[in-house]
Amino acid sequence: MFPIVVEALVKTVLILGGLMMAAAYLVLVERWIAAWVQDRRGPNRVGIPLTRIRLFGLGQPIADGTKFLFKEEVTPAHVDRPLYFVAPMAAFCAALAVYAVIPFGSVLPASSGVPGEPIRLVLAPGIDVGMIYIFAVGSITVYGVLLGSWASNNKYAFFGGLRSGAQLISYEIPMGLGLLGVVLACGSLRLDQIIAQQAATGLWNAFVQPLGFVVFCVAACAEAERLPFDLPEAEQELVGGYHTEYGGVKLMMYLVTEVIHMVTASFLIAILFLGGWHFWGLTGSGEEVTWLEALIRIAVLLGKVGLLILGFMLIRWSWPRFRFDQLMAMAWRMMLPWGLVNLCLVAVLIEWGGRWAAALGVPVGAIEIPVGWVALVLTWAVTAWADPIATDNTPLPIEPLNQRGIP
Amino acid sequence: MNPQDADIRWIQPPELGLGGRSYLPLFVEGLTTTFRHLVGRKITVEYPEEPHPMVHPERYRGVHRLNRDEQGRVKCVACFLCATACPAHCIDIVAAESPWPDREKYPQSFTIDLLRCIFCGMCEEACPVDAIELTSLYDLSGKSREEMIFDKEKLLSVYDQTKDREPMRSRGSQPISGTGA
Repeated sequence: MFPIVVEALVKTVLILGGLMMAAAYLVLVERWIAAWVQDRRGPNRVGIPLTRIRLFGLGQPIADGTKFLFKEEVTPAHVDRPLYFVAPMAAFCAALAVYAVIPFGSVLPASSGVPGEPIRLVLAPGIDVGMIYIFAVGSITVYGVLLGSWASNNKYAFFGGLRSGAQLISYEIPMGLGLLGVVLACGSLRLDQIIAQQAATGLWNAFVQPLGFVVFCVAACAEAERLPFDLPEAEQELVGGYHTEYGGVKLMMYLVTEVIHMVTASFLIAILFLGGWHFWGLTGSGEEVTWLEALIRIAVLLGKVGLLILGFMLIRWSWPRFRFDQLMAMAWRMMLPWGLVNLCLVAVLIEWGGRWAAALGVPVGAIEIPVGWVALVLTWAVTAWADPIATDNTPLPIEPLNQRGIP
Repeated sequence: MNPQDADIRWIQPPELGLGGRSYLPLFVEGLTTTFRHLVGRKITVEYPEEPHPMVHPERYRGVHRLNRDEQGRVKCVACFLCATACPAHCIDIVAAESPWPDREKYPQSFTIDLLRCIFCGMCEEACPVDAIELTSLYDLSGKSREEMIFDKEKLLSVYDQTKDREPMRSRGSQPISGTGA
């Protein structure tokens, strides 16, 4: 009993500390990338406090955090006080709770901990409903945003909350469809099982189900509310969106939540579609690992997550924000059908792919990969031809007043 | 405005091809642009370490200076035109009879309150003898209010500091010679 508690506590501290650290420094990286993309240099002054050492601005998170902590906690008079206080905590906790089932590595060697049982690098190992749990807890985030916007008692905040509610609920469906393909192919909802299956075959799901990969990436980006999907807080339109009325530590909680969402999305994409800790010829694929392999696996997984986060940040500065009707059309008229096509394809290949491969005398992958990519190209081409997002913006003709029955 | 009016010319956006509607060229174009700027040259000037590259220092309106003539005397003839032109009323001149034979008056004291000054350059425009000019010194700060009130000596020392870098922008006018007073 006791070692398990210690193990869980150590993992909790590692994950929480790592996440908070990552959130602080990702804000700095985000500001750097924003600056570099705009031909600026970005924050490069703050180094070690009370000295003149600059360290390329690596002390910036300390300054940012201190600023938030020492800000006056203003509670506007017109807010719904209980909800106003609960909302950022709800969003924050929901974002953190997801990490109970997200593995941050593979396993530690058997000799390291409990006799006879290798330590799995996930906070709650062996949860069979892993993905369902992630989706369930992830949905609570909507409450954080909606409650915050409602409690703020402010038009702009409420608009942001409404947009956020519609967007998050809409994009959960394509996200689920993208995920279902993976679950169907791997036969498990456990994230470590999904990685193990990809590692065993060496075929990452992104190669086999490119359609599902695209759907999941787009939906994950929308769920994380990153540009080009950041309509809930489109500052040019809504002041600050749902956190207009927030300041100080409560605002910081919302902002950290957003960063954590991005990290979660990157973790999910890396684990579900990009093989998790697996890399050919580097990490091995089994349960038996040496210390070196265990560390390499952690590094590979975190490296993939880091690259995905970098991609998110570059995407942010590459495309303009969607209009809201385009956003909804994209969820319901593009991503939903794409996800359905992918799901059907995966189901068909699971049922008959093995038989066809045996009949042709080739490995299953030789059937699955071409079919997946042909499906992606065809679906994409059909979508481009139908162009479901396009709208006719020509104004309607105005009838003369006397024809409308107005004297 | 009725969209059916005959005098309205409707301009349609160009029709997107299959490539344009598939978002792929846009996707690639956006990312390459972003990436090019990510690694490209930065335009930030790291100010205290790096001086600001001033393209036209002669046009910049920074700290004032009081010019000297060839004999090192203050050029100002205390005509009060600058003080009159000043919209912020920051110039204070006390005139006295000139000790030199070529002019009637000279400024016994010449004070500019740089806390009130709006650096509009009207004094420079008004001056008939090109005695007051705005230099390109922009890093002006002080620890007290008194420090920011520049007297004649200080304004002349600004001239001494900047005369080599920024020669006098004389428009050819000479000091009005004495009329026999």
